[in-house]
Amino acid sequence: MLNPNAKLNTKVFDTDCEVSPIRKGFGEGLLQAGKLNDQVVGLCADLTESTQMHLFANEFKNRFIEVGVAEQNLATVASGMSAMGKIPFISSYAMFSPGRNWEQIRTTIAYNDRKVIIAGSHAGISVGPDGGTHQAIEDIALMRVMPNMCVISPCDAIEAFKATIATLNWPTPVYIRLAREKTPIITTANTPFAIGKAQILWESSTNPSLGSKASKLEACIVVCGALVHRALLAAKELEGKGVGSIVVNLATIKPFDAETIISCAKKTGAVVTVEEHQIAGGMGSAVAECLAQNCPVPIEFIGVQNKFGQSGTMDELIAHYKMDVPDIIEAVQKVISRKG
Amino acid sequence: MSNSMSDEIIKKLELQANVIRQSIIEMLVTAGSGHTAGPLGMADIFTYLYFHELKHDPKNPTWPERDRLVLSNGHICPVFYATMAHAGYFDIKELQTLRKFGTRLQGHPHREYLPMVENSSGPLGSGLSQAVGMALADRIDHGQKNDRFIYALMSDGELDEGNSWEGIMLAGKNQLGNLIAVVDRNNIQIDGYTENIMPLEPLGAKWEAFNWHVIEVPGHDFTALHEAVQTAKSIFNKPSVIIAKTIPGRGVPEFERDYLWHGKPPNKEEANMALKELRTLGGKIKSEHQ
Repeated sequence: MLNPNAKLNTKVFDTDCEVSPIRKGFGEGLLQAGKLNDQVVGLCADLTESTQMHLFANEFKNRFIEVGVAEQNLATVASGMSAMGKIPFISSYAMFSPGRNWEQIRTTIAYNDRKVIIAGSHAGISVGPDGGTHQAIEDIALMRVMPNMCVISPCDAIEAFKATIATLNWPTPVYIRLAREKTPIITTANTPFAIGKAQILWESSTNPSLGSKASKLEACIVVCGALVHRALLAAKELEGKGVGSIVVNLATIKPFDAETIISCAKKTGAVVTVEEHQIAGGMGSAVAECLAQNCPVPIEFIGVQNKFGQSGTMDELIAHYKMDVPDIIEAVQKVISRKG
Repeated sequence: MSNSMSDEIIKKLELQANVIRQSIIEMLVTAGSGHTAGPLGMADIFTYLYFHELKHDPKNPTWPERDRLVLSNGHICPVFYATMAHAGYFDIKELQTLRKFGTRLQGHPHREYLPMVENSSGPLGSGLSQAVGMALADRIDHGQKNDRFIYALMSDGELDEGNSWEGIMLAGKNQLGNLIAVVDRNNIQIDGYTENIMPLEPLGAKWEAFNWHVIEVPGHDFTALHEAVQTAKSIFNKPSVIIAKTIPGRGVPEFERDYLWHGKPPNKEEANMALKELRTLGGKIKSEHQ
């Protein structure tokens, strides 16, 4: 059942569940951040509306800098503005920032310890028709490996809104990963959010008197970003098959909430990670690094398996790259079968 | 600040630069690695800025009103460190720790260890854009009122980097009169002479085409440097670039103009020779006013 403490959208399993692009939550969050703090500035590389920064730019014209199609400049100019006390938010497509300007982010923002919030929109293969050049499926790895960098992948527009505002009080540079397409609204305004805190969204009931077919918790699904909804659908379907599970939204990939992940791994004895990203180096790798040391259990990884993306609709691509509900269900069954 | 300098001041700056050059040689020979040509070539410009022009306070390095100096080509940090030490930011003895384990004087400057530097640098082509960001931030806070200036010190070789031109374009677009770039036009880079590796000329015309005010000066002439900076400060509707024609290795004739001295330190024998040259010439360098 949905974790009541998470205060999730009660329509999350309904076919008419509201949808909204995660990037829109960033745009609205940035506008709000701009109202809360007059040191907030926005910089964009010719993708102002696409990354939803136009909401801020229209309201705060003198605090918005258009740098043109120049992502290296986007990062380095923001570093300089931070040095003067500003709180710069920079946005582009994740493929270009942090894709193209990775070294500038490393040297002038992370190593230089200048707080800049980097919003990488259109991340994942769910960008769809634009094709493989525009589908950033390496960005979590790129940013996670960088000392001094916080990495957040919100699961819906509401969480993206909260995460964007939360960066104001976070001490280090932050990377926020955003998706283009509309995806279901999972959380509500009342869902708690804190950077660095993983959240249990679903825990199967093991009480038959409550109508559950599951008698025990057999696996934990750790998921982030736009695939959280699919993970919940999989968990519900699994419960119908008598398989109890936990779904953890690991919105902050770094710093890593080891306590929650270890506790869920102990409770279930098996883990499946789900992300719209290369398996190598992504969120699942972070989970594996933690559990290998602290609670070695079988792990299965859902994600892109060493391939580039291609054109197609979001749904076609998620199915093609085996990140859909049936793939998650299969991975859960497989990981349970691997238990000693 | 007037547009002229007295002979006395010029003499003082020349002596100071000579002392800084000696420190550079001493640091490099102890370190056993590092760059020689660029630091010697930029000693006069660093001396001019830190001992005459910059609004700064070595006793209060984080003074908010200070001018900002962004060093983009971090590899010339021996001149940066030596100038800062002689200006009173830290003990001159610490210069001997350059590049050693545990030092604050990293092979390329790191802000975490040396908070009085404005930016960590080394990878080329990114310093000017950081200075552009600083100038933009000041414009947001203070409009056209130039109560401080942002200086970006950069090499000619790093103009091969696309990031440099992205910064140049943005500064021109935003008419950043509070920004002054200084290009160390010494014509060398690691692999050879700049015009053979990747031609930059006509360099002044390029900056001008990007809507910058361009001033070309001999880089070892304090009077010319001073005039150039005062002119740059008076141009309020455009960023200014001072293309300073310097001699790499300046002060040690055996090192001068030879690109092979870009990225290596002198050995003991070469250092002794260089120090002898510098000490002998100390106080005898003729300025154009004499």
